[in-house]
Amino acid sequence: MSTNDIIPNLFRVEYSKIVAVLSKAFGIDYIEIAEDLTSETFLMAVETWPYKGIPENPTAWLYTVAKNKAKNYFNRNKILRDKIFPELKQSDKQWNELDIDLSDKNIADSQLQMMFAICHPAISEKSQIALALRVLSGFGIDEIADAFLTNKETINKRLHRAKKKLLSENVRMIIPDESQLQTRLDTVLRTLYLLFSEGYYSERNPSLIRKELCLEAMNLAYLLLQNDLTNNHSTNSLMALMCFHSSRLDARLSEKGEIILYQNQDENLWDKTLIEKGFYYLQQASKWEIVSKYYLEASIAYWYTVKNDNQEKWESILSLYDQLLKIDYTPIGALNRLIAVSKVKGNGFALQEAEKLKLKDNHFYYILLSELYKETDRDKTIHSLKKALKLCRTETEKLFIKKKIKNIEI
Amino acid sequence: MKEFILIFRHENANGKVSPEQMQQWMKQQKEWVDSIAAQNKFIGGTGLLFDDAKVVDHNKMVTNGPFGDIKETLGGYITVRAESSDEAAEFAKGSPVLQGEGNTVEVRQIVTN
Repeated sequence: MSTNDIIPNLFRVEYSKIVAVLSKAFGIDYIEIAEDLTSETFLMAVETWPYKGIPENPTAWLYTVAKNKAKNYFNRNKILRDKIFPELKQSDKQWNELDIDLSDKNIADSQLQMMFAICHPAISEKSQIALALRVLSGFGIDEIADAFLTNKETINKRLHRAKKKLLSENVRMIIPDESQLQTRLDTVLRTLYLLFSEGYYSERNPSLIRKELCLEAMNLAYLLLQNDLTNNHSTNSLMALMCFHSSRLDARLSEKGEIILYQNQDENLWDKTLIEKGFYYLQQASKWEIVSKYYLEASIAYWYTVKNDNQEKWESILSLYDQLLKIDYTPIGALNRLIAVSKVKGNGFALQEAEKLKLKDNHFYYILLSELYKETDRDKTIHSLKKALKLCRTETEKLFIKKKIKNIEI
Repeated sequence: MKEFILIFRHENANGKVSPEQMQQWMKQQKEWVDSIAAQNKFIGGTGLLFDDAKVVDHNKMVTNGPFGDIKETLGGYITVRAESSDEAAEFAKGSPVLQGEGNTVEVRQIVTN
């Protein structure tokens, strides 16, 4: 580990682990104390290491300090002692036996339980994401505010409300029992999916933040895959989807931050390792012989990693979209399906189907129309693009559409 | 060779800092300490934490502190070997603590018998 960024690196990896273990030991209603004790542990490192040198095993150093801090806090706090060891209420004896278990297994278990606690259905999706970034990924309040394009106060309020909810809903740090596991896991996966999408699709954020959000979502999904209870069809499917998508992260944006369309992307910038990983997880997912939303999306994403346009590719994509829309209809899904329709049955046929969609307030709809008219009707192409220009919301998109119009008008 | 203590005093040092800021502080502080140690003139030192600080007054009243009344607080110290207080003051000039306006480094000779 380089000493130049040892603190940020340790913080990224260890902060969430220590918070999870302490919250598990104290109960999640003490999550703020757990966060404070963990922050103090890092401050302690900063106030010690310059003089005494950086310890040989910095992680072990942090764990020891955190453990001692937690025990001190516990011994000073009678309410907490009474809560954890009710039998102590009767006796006056000092209790020193609080077990802060920082073994790999307990860390992994605590993080997983923390994930389920945070992704509790009673907490709003936005708050779940903010909490996940703060508590599971160690993001600073500033960074979360940047990611959501809002200010620190808003994020602080959001986190505060979410933590109150944890308390009022009496949320525990446990893996839900079998009868609830899949439903609760669905909520966890949905939060990871939203976190990933915030990174992948948001056109408002600088590319660095986007990438980090995507990677965090994948890190958390990886935690789920490490446990037999949560390593199932849905988790593998979502992981495959995220691997395929993120393989194109670097190819998707120009140096100026403009979107580069799929067909214009430099294939050499696609991350082959991630594509291979995606394929591995997709194969894992298929072992369960069920078909789910994430599985279909991952399968579509897989075909998109095949650059060559051949009949098999587009026919497969079309059939996958047909299945996907049946179980999870979205306007964007319907539009993407039309691209496949145009490749398989021609632009004319796709135009007829597009007419039926009537997504008159969606700029992607008009961008698609302009593509379908491109070879046959110049006026309608320009007309569609101008409509799209009126409807789109971000500068990046406006620039992109204006460029298209200019290219046709020349 | 005499011994000196260099005491860091901060203004408003009790704020939340990001890991990057922590890193920056640690790096500068370490480089400063290392440069004194390279001359074999560093004896020891440490930073001081704010959490759980107490102040005891002449009535033996214990309060949490030092917050409120005192604007400046002690942030840490190092002890060094130097020929004179002037040399020790030269060391003090390199302290990253001084980047904060209002912060000071106090140089005092240690009684060594």
